[in-house]
Amino acid sequence: MITGMSRAVHAVAASLAAASLALASFVATGAEGVAWDGFAQSHVAGRTSRVDCPSGTACDFPAAELRGQLKAEGKNSPGNAAFLGRFDLLRDAAVDDTRLVTRELSGDLISEKASVRLGRQVITWGVGDLLFINDTFPRDWVAMFTGQPMQYLKLGSDALKLNAFPGPANFELVIAGFRPDNTPTSRRFIFADPLPAGLPRRTLEPGNDTGEVEISGRVSGYLANWELAGYVSRTHYRSPAWRVTGSEIVGTYPRLNTVGASLTGPVGKGVLSLEAGYYDSPQDRGGRDPAIENSQFKGLIGYSRQLWEDATLGLQLYGEWMRDYAAYRETLPAGFPVKDRLRKVATVRFTQLFAHQTVTFNLFAFLGLSEEDRYIIPSLRYAFSDNLWAEVGANLFGGNRNGMFGSMQDNSNIYLTVRYAF
Amino acid sequence: MKPFPQIALFLLAALAMVSAPARAADPSAEEIVKRSLEAFYYAGNDMRSKVHMKLINPQGNVREREMTMLRINLGKSGDQRYYIYFHGPADVKGTSFLVWKYPGKESDRWIYVPALKLVKRIAADDKRSSFVGSDFTYEDVSGRNLEDETHVLVRKEDLGGRPAYVVESRPKAAVDYSRRLSWVDRERWLPLKEEYFDARNEPLRTFTAEKIEQTGKYWSVTMRAMKNLQSGHHTEVFFREVGYDMGLKQDIFTERYLRDAPSQWVR
Repeated sequence: MITGMSRAVHAVAASLAAASLALASFVATGAEGVAWDGFAQSHVAGRTSRVDCPSGTACDFPAAELRGQLKAEGKNSPGNAAFLGRFDLLRDAAVDDTRLVTRELSGDLISEKASVRLGRQVITWGVGDLLFINDTFPRDWVAMFTGQPMQYLKLGSDALKLNAFPGPANFELVIAGFRPDNTPTSRRFIFADPLPAGLPRRTLEPGNDTGEVEISGRVSGYLANWELAGYVSRTHYRSPAWRVTGSEIVGTYPRLNTVGASLTGPVGKGVLSLEAGYYDSPQDRGGRDPAIENSQFKGLIGYSRQLWEDATLGLQLYGEWMRDYAAYRETLPAGFPVKDRLRKVATVRFTQLFAHQTVTFNLFAFLGLSEEDRYIIPSLRYAFSDNLWAEVGANLFGGNRNGMFGSMQDNSNIYLTVRYAF
Repeated sequence: MKPFPQIALFLLAALAMVSAPARAADPSAEEIVKRSLEAFYYAGNDMRSKVHMKLINPQGNVREREMTMLRINLGKSGDQRYYIYFHGPADVKGTSFLVWKYPGKESDRWIYVPALKLVKRIAADDKRSSFVGSDFTYEDVSGRNLEDETHVLVRKEDLGGRPAYVVESRPKAAVDYSRRLSWVDRERWLPLKEEYFDARNEPLRTFTAEKIEQTGKYWSVTMRAMKNLQSGHHTEVFFREVGYDMGLKQDIFTERYLRDAPSQWVR
């Protein structure tokens, strides 16, 4: 709680610093004007299966909300200072909550060879499609599993981002405070929980002032028309590692180091993507702590191409390989499902646009090849006008209940989103 | 043996004198199409324009796209780079496209999604696909290859008070049209009108250059329309603030500026 508070204070301080930096530049050089945009959106997801929910879980509608977003952005006349603010006011009926969320609030200083961005900002790295290896920035799994629009999949980082463009290569350095993923909890979701019931739970987040700051770097460049990138990260796992300590269950966020690379370019009439990375768990190098993820190699290969006019097919094959599998098997507590050493997942994306691109059909499927489970996301969107669109879709989990996706199968849902943008 | 080369030279010179004026009066169909492509898609070393697009369905409902388009030519190879930034509608504001175009090879294409700060390379085997839902194809926006079609000069006639060559072009590979007729301005080399026909030789689409203006030494089509005669859908495009040889640098056409629009040019 205290670390949470201090994190919030840090975030606010950084954002204020960013905003005042940009504002100072504005006052000094004259603004080009501030552009205001936004939207109003309603989003409802209804559970498809009749299940007995524990009390306190949003059972019939895991998501039911009304949201208004206001975005302000501006640049000074020479174009060397800018700011962006994106705020959501949200009435979340599923969990009976009303809140104001700062999704982004950052200030930029820009020169020809370098730029700086300070404040809350969304950062996306890597070449996977809904598969993340070298992108260790915070994500919102609740938004994903309840069918929120794609932009809600990522959470902003409270960070200082430095970019340098000295010549053929681009360098990016991100120094960020810790922010956890928004992971599914029993407030909206139902899943088997191997931890003892009835004990109170709390999480301990890494602080910003105890050497726990997160540092990530990326180098990227072109080799002819291929793009290469290398990544390193000194960060933390963003879902809690739970431990029973006497009379309570404490969740911590173990340290994580990653290193990896990606490559993307044209092959035949499509685009080939390759990405690989190594996840090092420095708090459990031997792999004997069952609460902490085993060190892993992760890799993906993807290919996408057009099938016919306005139709695209994308395929990916993804694998995670545990480094200390014997230690994992020896120390896994009874009652926990056993994972394969190599976990393989295939994904398929098919997109077809109709009627002058006003109708979009999209199908995304995760197919667990090792765990024999699946997660299928069909959706259909119609743009009534430039301002108004509606989307119906579903999040369908199935297969082996011990698998990552299969364990979510009591949470399959159908959703409806309507957005009016202005 | 000596006089023979002299006679040959004389004959060659005489031939050249006869054929030269004839060629000047009537360039080959390939030459006309080549010059038209150069005038329409390659004018200047670089180009900047604001582009306003109106997509109008048969019921008269209008959707609008507001863009800034930047283009640079890379030397004599015919390679070009395009940068397109969307100012509107609100839901796509800040989205940008980057295209590296090569004659005779598929383009490389990237899209930037601002809400996710995501740069994504997109499969680009779709030059005959609609550009952002309009009646224009990607190829209509960034140009086609001379060699993709065979060309025949049909006739010369005036169109809207301009002298024009009428050229018929037929695609070598099967595409959505079986032939097109182009009216090419005989002095400015810009296309004034194009009629596309489908496989059954029914009229498919019609392009018209509604307004042509001069910027410096270059002529530009600043208002253009494409009508789908079979669906009744049509698109009008207005080019404003057209500038050539602005001194755009090649590094604008890279991922860095895809993420951070170059404010000097994108306003």
